[in-house]
Amino acid sequence: MTTATVPPPVEVAKPRPPAPRTGRQRMNRTLKYAILLLFVFVVLIPAYVLFITSFKGPSDADPSTAWLLPTTWETAGWEKAWDTLAPALGRTFAMVIPASIISAFLGSMNGFVLSRWRFPYANVVFTLILFGMFIPYQAVMIPLTQLMQGLGVPNGIPSLLVLHIVYGLPICTLIFRNYYESVPNELIEAARMDGAGLLRTYASVILPISTPGFVVVLIWQFTSAWNDYLFAAFFSSGSNGPVTIALSFLAGGQLTDYAASMAGALIASLPTLLVYIILGKYFVGGLMSGSVKG
Amino acid sequence: MFKKVKTWGPALALISPTLILLAVFVYALIAENVRISMTNQHTARPSSDFVGLENYFRLFGDADFQHALRNLLLLTVVFLAGTLIFGFLWAWILERPAFGEGFFRSVYLFPMAVSFIASGVVWRWLLSSLQTDQSGGERTTGLNRLLDSVGLGFLQNSWWSDPNWGIAAIAVPAIWQLSGYVMALFLAGFRGIPEELREAARIDGCSEWKLYRHVIFPQLSPVMLSAVIIIGHMSLKLFDLIRAIVPDANTYDIQVPATMMWVKYIGSDYADSAAIGTIMLVLVALVVVPYLVYTSRQEKR
Repeated sequence: MTTATVPPPVEVAKPRPPAPRTGRQRMNRTLKYAILLLFVFVVLIPAYVLFITSFKGPSDADPSTAWLLPTTWETAGWEKAWDTLAPALGRTFAMVIPASIISAFLGSMNGFVLSRWRFPYANVVFTLILFGMFIPYQAVMIPLTQLMQGLGVPNGIPSLLVLHIVYGLPICTLIFRNYYESVPNELIEAARMDGAGLLRTYASVILPISTPGFVVVLIWQFTSAWNDYLFAAFFSSGSNGPVTIALSFLAGGQLTDYAASMAGALIASLPTLLVYIILGKYFVGGLMSGSVKG
Repeated sequence: MFKKVKTWGPALALISPTLILLAVFVYALIAENVRISMTNQHTARPSSDFVGLENYFRLFGDADFQHALRNLLLLTVVFLAGTLIFGFLWAWILERPAFGEGFFRSVYLFPMAVSFIASGVVWRWLLSSLQTDQSGGERTTGLNRLLDSVGLGFLQNSWWSDPNWGIAAIAVPAIWQLSGYVMALFLAGFRGIPEELREAARIDGCSEWKLYRHVIFPQLSPVMLSAVIIIGHMSLKLFDLIRAIVPDANTYDIQVPATMMWVKYIGSDYADSAAIGTIMLVLVALVVVPYLVYTSRQEKR
């Protein structure tokens, strides 16, 4: 894709120096902050509800107090949610971490090849790879369930591990290709002059400078595999599935324990939120090149 | 010839695992899915009689599926309009450096880090119109109660439980979740416009508004196009959020092709399920393929 549509990852443009202000501009400024703050409140409403409801006990269940802070801060919801979700959390980590690492490595090799070697129809091949991240997975789901059964991959974590690696390849390839486009040609030429082949060049020149690319890809893969529900719904069950499945069982049904399910939603979101808070800059970089994968 | 193999050989070896995997898991499976969709396998018992396009004709003639397609269109329109309006507005306000800019950006973007399943838990409550209270009576709750208490009671409604417009309520959490992302896209677009362009316009005597109207906004149309493609294709695939907000998968009001495909799959109607999957693929391809071709052409230039 072009840089116009998909800005290169990790590049956050520097803001410009402020212009001198006039009286009218000062009023605009007040208005601007009023709007910005209003939207902060609106965006945070769901977070507020999640937080307060997760600490509510049966005495606070009445709708009339729904938007108020709990009268007594109970942790029963959190305990129930933790007991239900803990095994699934472990399974999700065991699936998401290797899936991210493997697809990142494959993506890095592909990205390198596609950014440097102009073999015939390279553009067509690249577009065909990219299309893989846009497809609705529903369009392969029925035969996919049969294929995985035929290959003998057990349902649950093993299946999901394979699927997240395979269907993560297009986005990882895209991010790395864009990243390697910015690597100066001289660097690779120099390695070639020294007699290094493709593999040597990749291992000794490209890999050592790939850390920022890996950070973006790993964050992206981690988040999208962690948050996946579609594959999980088709390839796992409550007893062997990831945390999204466990949460949907905890929160589903007609009579919902809202305290427990909201505590559960917070627990299930914590890993990706932590990634966002700690590595926010890279997270945005990944989104820029990657949110095309729904 | 040998030299060519020597230069391309290792390159091909490096990418061949990916090429093989995607050839099988994307393209071969799409073909197999189309084949299944043309059989009469409507029950768990295997059966593979070829029926041609019969399943497709039946689906398009089916009132429920037509309703799902209409819902999908409505969802996409509202979802697109909402994310573009908020995303653009926020980016426009935050475009010039401002105190606390990073804070606002982070807050607007954070919903993106949360899964649809987790946010669906809270939105299910926010968008519930009634809740049984302790004495057994039904009382307003969620957003309706909030609207009522801040004097906006006239905005109260039954949210997703409405066969005609219910799906638009599902777009509300989707907008909440993705406006920040559209903002990030637009911000990158704004910052990509060279300062000289603004300076030149100012020297020519452009007012601040005219500067935006005639110089800045036109520069943003590629970003706008990407945003439309990305949000549009997410909307076509939206599934998790609907499942999380509406517990019963069979609910008519909010049925879209993605949820209907799941209902058919659960009911072991694999042929219909595969057919809906194929229809979804065609819809997404109609949006995405021209875009991919366009960008790959631009790149060649």
